[in-house]
Amino acid sequence: MTATPTPLVKVKRKTKDRNKDGTVREKPRVLITIIMGIIAVAWLFPLLGILITSFRSKADVDASGWWTIFLDPFGQDWSLQAFGDAWVALDAGTTFWNSAAVTIPATVLPVMIAAMAAYAFTFLQFRGKEIYFAVTLALMVVPIQIAVIPILQLFVWFGNATGIPIIGQYPAAWIVHATFAMPLAIYILRNYMQTLPNSLIEAARVDGASHFQIFWRLVVPMSVPALASFAIFQFLWVWNDFFVAYLFIQSGPNQVLQQGLYSLLGQYGQGWQRVAAGSFIVLVVPLLIFFLLQRYFVRGLTAGAVK
Amino acid sequence: MAIFSAVISVVLGLGVSFLIFWLLNWVVEKTHDKTKARLLPYVFLLPVIILVAVFLLYPALRTFVESFMEQSRRRGEGAKFVGLDNYISLFTDPNFLSVLINNFLWVLVVPAASVLIGLLIAILTDRLGHRREQSFKAMIFIPMAISGVAAAVTWRFIYFYAPPGNPQIYLLNAIWTRLTGNDPVTWLTIDAARLNSFLLMFIGIWLQVGFAMVLLSAAVKGVPEETIEAARLDGASERRTFLLVIVPQIRGTVLAVFVTVTIFVMKTFDVIYAMTGGQYNTSVLVVDFYSQLFSFQNPGKAAAVVIVLMIAVVPLIIYQIRSYKSQEELR
Repeated sequence: MTATPTPLVKVKRKTKDRNKDGTVREKPRVLITIIMGIIAVAWLFPLLGILITSFRSKADVDASGWWTIFLDPFGQDWSLQAFGDAWVALDAGTTFWNSAAVTIPATVLPVMIAAMAAYAFTFLQFRGKEIYFAVTLALMVVPIQIAVIPILQLFVWFGNATGIPIIGQYPAAWIVHATFAMPLAIYILRNYMQTLPNSLIEAARVDGASHFQIFWRLVVPMSVPALASFAIFQFLWVWNDFFVAYLFIQSGPNQVLQQGLYSLLGQYGQGWQRVAAGSFIVLVVPLLIFFLLQRYFVRGLTAGAVK
Repeated sequence: MAIFSAVISVVLGLGVSFLIFWLLNWVVEKTHDKTKARLLPYVFLLPVIILVAVFLLYPALRTFVESFMEQSRRRGEGAKFVGLDNYISLFTDPNFLSVLINNFLWVLVVPAASVLIGLLIAILTDRLGHRREQSFKAMIFIPMAISGVAAAVTWRFIYFYAPPGNPQIYLLNAIWTRLTGNDPVTWLTIDAARLNSFLLMFIGIWLQVGFAMVLLSAAVKGVPEETIEAARLDGASERRTFLLVIVPQIRGTVLAVFVTVTIFVMKTFDVIYAMTGGQYNTSVLVVDFYSQLFSFQNPGKAAAVVIVLMIAVVPLIIYQIRSYKSQEELR
């Protein structure tokens, strides 16, 4: 996700329940609840489809639409078979760990590197600071495709020159993900660090602390909310990414889950229940993160755009 | 063994980077005080500068140069300068013009629809109690956590085609055949009036409304209650209050959400690639880049496609910097 530098939320309004005229409001609320209920169910309907399909048998899936289960829930041949099949087809025993190996460093590295840069942009004085920051803002919009061909060439050249292949290995994806996360990360973290009390940093300076000590002992611990919300974003983004993995990891021993799902999608002739179960296996981690850390996630969304 | 090599590379990767941090620290501590003060900001910025220079700015420049080159088909032979040939052949190709039209439609439709639906949901849920508001919002928000490929799987169940006579197991065709009694339709291949592109855009909207809703909802809550009460006291209807009091106060957010979704749309690759592979006139610039590069083995033309994309995002860059500047002035 990319955020934009406009102040989004300015004033807080606390009077949520406008119950001043009491019962009069009850009626439209029932109506609104019904309308919202319909919208929300419609929104989740496509996902419900794959969830239900993944528990059906191939014969059932081929014979009737998944929504027919509502008419006859007990006449179905329910089974967990599809999950086992999909696990094998995804090669999830390998691809799951590959996804983790790509995602964790591709999340931690940009957060740390960007935090350092954000510190410099917030607390240090140097020439051209404004210009560098404007460049950072501009780079937030630049599409990754602009760099793809030369980076591939660079990796090939490096592999030929040193004998260490990079393409197909995890670090290729780390580098690309880290680089393209940088502008947004710096932007979010700098915005957050600007809200930290300057007096505290001044006091630490007077006490003789070096900038590195201040950074590690003071600013990083105080910036945990912003670091966490960006890290969640980046984690979801990298975990869900297909394009970078497809180009830089390529098919081979280090394939990630999304690539497995993409090839599984091509085998839908062997039964949609496998594809559906496969997508749920791929979705488990993002959905867990989403539900457990929803508060940070939403805060991060607003933080990206709110100073 | 996969878990083993995964753990090892994670540890190695993180270890090396912490070593770099430590080394930088050490270097700074060793330098003299005067040079230290001047050097320090650049030490903090060094990792970013290296990453961005080597893997973003330099490649971007190369891509620009390459868009004027043609790679030799034979191995070992270098590229030759062909001037504007790549661009000319792109802009005289009806397929590419159709890509541009699609991209234009995506950028127009998806952000606008996401903002409108997001605003509608934000306003409706704002009138509900806290519990119900939160649960409805969470439901609308879920698609944001989903990968493009998984979204494609999900929507294939709706848009796909089973030949007549077979059980209609795909939702859209099931409804279509039931309602009209006609034969099922191959929805994703119909490019008349860009129908298939609009169907794909719907997936984009489905993915993005949650984002728009969260930000717009925060903005709607930020509208001071007094202004709304004042309008009510003056006898303004709900609709007029909304249009004349609330909307003007959240205009900044609406614009920001619109731009952010536009940036996202410009990068949408996975969904289209996994749904149609860009066939049947559904391609957009980022998908066309991929086809030029790999399907047609033409890096020069692929580079030209990116440069066109780059030119298309220039207004967004200008917007980013402008709104940042006005924000700084407010500080």
